Amino acid sequence: MNPHIDYHALAPEIVLSATIVVVLVADLLFPDRDRWQTSRIATIGVLGALIPVLTLAADGTDRSMFGGAYVVDNYALVFKGLFLVATYVTILLSSDYIAEGDYYQGEFWFLLLTSVLGMVAMASARDLISIFVALETISVPTFVLAGWRKHDTRSNEASIKYYLIGVLSSAVMLYGMSLIYGVTNSTLLTDISSKAGNLTGSMDNLFIVAVFLTLAGFAFKVSAVPFHFWAPDTYEGAPTPVTAFLSVASKAGGFVALLTIVYVGFYPSGHSWQPVLWGLAAASMTIGNLTALRQTNIIRMLAYSSIAQGGFILVPFAVAGDSGPAAKSALEAVVIYLLIYAAMNLGAFAVVIAVARRTRSAEIRTFAGLGQWSPALAVLLSFFLFSLAGIPPLAGWFAKFVMFRAVLDAHTSAAAVIGVIAAVNSVIALFYYAGVARQMWFREPAIEDRRPLRVPPALNAAIAVCAATVLVIGVYPQPFAKLGELARIARF
Amino acid sequence: MQINQFLILSAFLFCTGIYGVLARRNGVLVLMSVELMLNAVNINLVAFAAFNHSVSGQVFALFVITIAAAEVGVGLAIVLLIYRNLRSPDLDHVDQLKG
Repeated sequence: MNPHIDYHALAPEIVLSATIVVVLVADLLFPDRDRWQTSRIATIGVLGALIPVLTLAADGTDRSMFGGAYVVDNYALVFKGLFLVATYVTILLSSDYIAEGDYYQGEFWFLLLTSVLGMVAMASARDLISIFVALETISVPTFVLAGWRKHDTRSNEASIKYYLIGVLSSAVMLYGMSLIYGVTNSTLLTDISSKAGNLTGSMDNLFIVAVFLTLAGFAFKVSAVPFHFWAPDTYEGAPTPVTAFLSVASKAGGFVALLTIVYVGFYPSGHSWQPVLWGLAAASMTIGNLTALRQTNIIRMLAYSSIAQGGFILVPFAVAGDSGPAAKSALEAVVIYLLIYAAMNLGAFAVVIAVARRTRSAEIRTFAGLGQWSPALAVLLSFFLFSLAGIPPLAGWFAKFVMFRAVLDAHTSAAAVIGVIAAVNSVIALFYYAGVARQMWFREPAIEDRRPLRVPPALNAAIAVCAATVLVIGVYPQPFAKLGELARIARF
Repeated sequence: MQINQFLILSAFLFCTGIYGVLARRNGVLVLMSVELMLNAVNINLVAFAAFNHSVSGQVFALFVITIAAAEVGVGLAIVLLIYRNLRSPDLDHVDQLKG
């Protein structure tokens, strides 16, 4: 029996796979001075993979393959689009960094694209096996990417810490998944969901333990407190473009897995996942923000800020099980928050990369007086940081708005408490974002060379894309909110 | 068929693996401990598959074996890199970045 394969539905994955092979072969065949061309091939591949995503979206029918283990619906397509666009921006902001370093190039693009292939597959995965395979396809190349500057011991350390925590979390998650399979006798999320609501007694207890272990594995991937220890060290030691990719695309991949597994798989058994995610959300926001206050290195600060932002994204999860309307608005909130977070965080990292070309450092004090020697970059970095803080009219406010709307839709005391924690944390976060802005605008420059900074065109384009997204969504969010409504999972 | 003895064996292996990851300082032994944890998962999956007469657990176990091999390949490469740069496989020496 031949399984039916819908090639149109799989076209983005096929285009990406073909590009991966071409990049690898091109790197082998091109002479040294032409190796930079591989970044062009990677760009073409990523944009090429966007085309079938658009045609599938125009077509609009839900396609289900492999017995329901792989589904291409609007929810999957919105995230595939996000991953491909975020990767395009990552390629833009890393191409000069890679070309100017004295390391090999082809492997970088090969590993980056392989990780993206995992993300694109993750958006469609609806089965424990395909979720696991997609998650590992995302993670394994990023372990190598983090250690890409292989003669630099700090990069080595970033890589080994990320690797050890990554495989440990996969093992814990797999143990949980094996127990889920034991309780429900299926790896298909829809089957798990139909059994999860009717469990009683010891089976229900075992299911709660299994869900806890599985969620702990995902919490590592999205660096939620108390599973966040790898993030600041890995972010600091890895090459900065890789850090940008890890903190945006890879993290979004973890969140998509979490969304799928909670909404499609565990949803009927709310008492098993809701308290865990509530605790993770509250701890991530509070500890992430309080630790970010003390940082003197902007990459470490952005690492803790991304842990805290991860907490904000977890807030809608914590209230999703309370009622039907809450589940619906929580799903929308997570989708919208992830899209906006990607734009503003990539933008902040792009500016940091641009400034570090001159200062060769990521210490916050090296940003002193940036407003005098490179006002445009200072304005843009302030933009992105205040957007992360959630100040209108920048896109961050809309992300926070939909998050609080989900909390208000829930009408429970647990939701009210997490709402208050989130509100207090939004205020705390403003302090450290504004601290960087103060350095840029109200301090004298710390460096001698005060000529305006020349930013390479690709990096400029990356910053421009992010800045335009942040501004447009912030001022006129209605069409964008539609995107959040589109990204629905069948039942909700 | 009794399933308890398989689950107890797998839980024991899993805990041994976690202990190894936390207590061992040699990078290669840490990798071996991770393998132990993944094999505990495989025992679980195959035992449940046989107990419930379904095949997807065995398929899952095959995927776990394959991906575990890839993961350990990458892990050994990273440990080798650290050994080259620091002249020691001891992970306690990898402490330049303070979390």
